[in-house]
Amino acid sequence: MSKKIKILGTGCPNCMKAIAVTEKVVQDNNIDATIEKVDDIMDIMSYNVISTPAVIIDGEIKIKGRVPTKTELEELLK
Amino acid sequence: MFDWIQQIADWFVLDVVKMTGGSHLAEALNFFIYDTIKILLLLFVIIFLMGVINSYFPVDRVRNFLSRNKLFGLEYFIASLFGVVTPFCSCSSVPLFIGFVKGGIPLGVTFSFLITSPLVNEVAIGLFVGLFGIKITLIYVVTGILLGTVSGAILQQLKLEQYLTPWVRDILAASQKEQDSFQEEYQTIQKRLSIIWSEVIKILRGVVPYVIIGIAIGGLMHGYIPEGFFEKYMNKDNLFAVPIATILAVPMYSNASGILPVVQVLVSKGIPIGTAIAFMMAVVGLSLPEAMLLKKVMTLKLIGTFFGVVTLCIIISGYLFNIIL
Repeated sequence: MSKKIKILGTGCPNCMKAIAVTEKVVQDNNIDATIEKVDDIMDIMSYNVISTPAVIIDGEIKIKGRVPTKTELEELLK
Repeated sequence: MFDWIQQIADWFVLDVVKMTGGSHLAEALNFFIYDTIKILLLLFVIIFLMGVINSYFPVDRVRNFLSRNKLFGLEYFIASLFGVVTPFCSCSSVPLFIGFVKGGIPLGVTFSFLITSPLVNEVAIGLFVGLFGIKITLIYVVTGILLGTVSGAILQQLKLEQYLTPWVRDILAASQKEQDSFQEEYQTIQKRLSIIWSEVIKILRGVVPYVIIGIAIGGLMHGYIPEGFFEKYMNKDNLFAVPIATILAVPMYSNASGILPVVQVLVSKGIPIGTAIAFMMAVVGLSLPEAMLLKKVMTLKLIGTFFGVVTLCIIISGYLFNIIL
């Protein structure tokens, strides 16, 4: 089943890094997943996240307030 | 405590590159090596310690604590205190602001947090210990916390809710005390440490180039500017020095880690410490990029008032330090 990944962030450098790292992990490991960028502040708030960037996988907040590392994402997306 | 670093610097300058001791260039190089090693070590230790604290007290927990508890006026101080241990990224300021407002935390208390969080951060503390010693660092930290407390309380009195952007006012009207307790994600110590470690490395990587350039410039100035050079122009009796230094500093955020080493040299050459502290507080605590981001949630008038009150408090603390120290 395809995984749904959402990256929450207001467009700051750290959020860009979070998106880049996620895209790379998905590509390198041939993971079946869609990546969606959520940059509207109202949408971000609807997840009750107050520190960005945040990574949401299949509706569950996995990481907030920091850029994820590669190995971390690989584990989360297994 | 740092004697061994001095020995390394002496050894490198005298034995490895074989310079004559006492020349301007040798002194500048010696100063550069000593300061770089010492400051990088201190930065490493302090960023790591703050990372550990923050791992157990993330900002969500701070918000829930402030939202749920009646604190009888202490909330400004506590918000300010929490601001110290929470790392601050200006890009998080908007979600953070909304999150606080949504949790029914008063505007002034939110401001207390927003002021102290960038003002007293791990990089600034590390640099301060390395450049100015423990005493000045403590003064800086305590002043930073009090400044956030007082500015927040003043801003609350000004009844600024009407100057929020309309959609934020709607959120304010619908705000409620946080009911759900903080869901801590379970992490083993190893997992925590590996996350903290990667954060430490990332922060260090980001500031190291600026720090090294700053120390290099400072080292050159240290060797070439005569002692007491600035006393003529910027002595304690010059009443305009503090406000001018403060206002000049507001647009200088991104280079804070590079500016502090230079300021340290200026102080050693005669600029009063109060003027220097005011300058550094404004560099570290107030940034225009942050103001631009806040436009999503505040009208210009509110941003102006926010920055105005903080600037004023910084100027007052600058004068106070020049009198006391």
